[in-house]
Amino acid sequence: MSAPAAATRASAKPLPEPTPETQPFWDGCAAGELRIQRCRECGKPYFYPRPVCPECGSTDVEWFTASGRATLYSYVINHRPARGFEDDGPYAIAVVQLAEGPRMMTNLVGVPNTPEDLILDMELQVTFEQRGEISLPVFTPAGAQQ
Amino acid sequence: MSRDHGVIIAGAAETNSVGKLPDYSTLQLHVEAAVNAVADAGMSMRDIDGIATVNAPGPVQVAHALGITPAYMDGTAVGGTSFLLHVRHAAAAIRAGYASTVLITHGESGRSRVGTSPFPRGLSSIPGQFEAPYGTVGPTSAFTIPVLRYMKEYGLTHEQLAYVAVAQRKWAARNPRAMFRDPITVDDVLASRVVAWPFHLLECCLVTDGGGALVVTSAERAADFGKPAVHVLGTGESMDAPMISQMEDFTESKAFRLAGRAAFAEAGITTADVNHLMIYDAFAHVPIYGLEALGFTAKGEAGAFIADGNTEPGGRLPLNTNGGGLSYTHTGMYGMFAIQEGVRQVRGEAAAQVPDVDISVVVGNGGMFATAGVLVLGRQAR
Repeated sequence: MSAPAAATRASAKPLPEPTPETQPFWDGCAAGELRIQRCRECGKPYFYPRPVCPECGSTDVEWFTASGRATLYSYVINHRPARGFEDDGPYAIAVVQLAEGPRMMTNLVGVPNTPEDLILDMELQVTFEQRGEISLPVFTPAGAQQ
Repeated sequence: MSRDHGVIIAGAAETNSVGKLPDYSTLQLHVEAAVNAVADAGMSMRDIDGIATVNAPGPVQVAHALGITPAYMDGTAVGGTSFLLHVRHAAAAIRAGYASTVLITHGESGRSRVGTSPFPRGLSSIPGQFEAPYGTVGPTSAFTIPVLRYMKEYGLTHEQLAYVAVAQRKWAARNPRAMFRDPITVDDVLASRVVAWPFHLLECCLVTDGGGALVVTSAERAADFGKPAVHVLGTGESMDAPMISQMEDFTESKAFRLAGRAAFAEAGITTADVNHLMIYDAFAHVPIYGLEALGFTAKGEAGAFIADGNTEPGGRLPLNTNGGGLSYTHTGMYGMFAIQEGVRQVRGEAAAQVPDVDISVVVGNGGMFATAGVLVLGRQAR
């Protein structure tokens, strides 16, 4: 793909708007790190960003850099594109399970988005896609180079 | 009034028609359904002192349009199951003496989009930040995500998933108001357009216009109305997660399970007591999750249970007998239509009437497995 075409597409795709409690996550992405939260009382790692531990209710929580390793938990291959995705062809909307436990939604890159190529529980690693001002975490098969 | 004091659904009606109604605004659909339901109860608007519906237009607009000044308002809006929760909350309000007769309305111009609010984008919301950027397009591309995990864990086949739509079409064929009535086969389903693999078009709900309304009042008045009273024997509500990616377990609905447990406990019933079942079917996998969450089958067996014919006409557990969201109608917040069919079956006035329905159970979904409501409806008070 040519750079201008990619830039055009990227600009039309939904751009997350960080809020105060999510800003550290997006700052991490900009630095090339997947930063999530963990409870300092019970040790539970969790995602999405929020100020209370979902396991024990403690507000004594901290940010840490996750390994970026994950496995493919489930997905669909969407044939009715969202705005900005019109030129991508059918694309997977996936949920991955991070090595640390939490799950997150993502897209899968560096692999054909077909049922034959996307096998549940396959090993993945995080990579980041620049979209406007935002660096968006996406996942690619472990060992693949982006 | 004691805790044991029962409530009934005294009036229940849909809009004059459902389907494609470009001449109706959202508010008109509420109003027509409300007028029909109040007439069905043999009441007048002056008898209504409580109102419940979802924004927009919301309880204030609907009550005002009907000339009602309610003493009780419920604007609970947790997706398509909201109307089941409205029944539950109305039962509590009536028991508490806050209201005597509550009108619950639904109207949605889901297809024609007349007088509707624009769909909120909200890219600073949590789903806006953590799901929308990945190209979700409403429920078709997100509600559907859990099923591949379920298929891997429990061996559900593509053919079994497709058969859910086939079974419900058999019911729709008996319902003159259903949008799609022609018989279909598993091959037809699997040959229909892929919407979000592994889901095909015929495994996804319709998008229609329509409305429905209910009148809920004290069981002490059960003999006062023209139609047989439908007793609200048990109710439950619960939730799972606000985003599909955060659903606790992709192979089961926690919200269905907990809401069902509460409703069955209050009613004092088990699955063996249930003659008729409605499970919100925005997509073909939802009835499978519902059957298992409420204990009608063991985990992993609901796909085969449906494929073996148990839920279709002649089967031992009639399910989604109006044709469901897959074949009857689906305005966007379908729960009202599931309740309406449960009421019709208990009254004995359904298009595809099941013989001798003493107990009908209605299972509602809100959002994408985000919330649930369950109602146990009965012909007799307990």
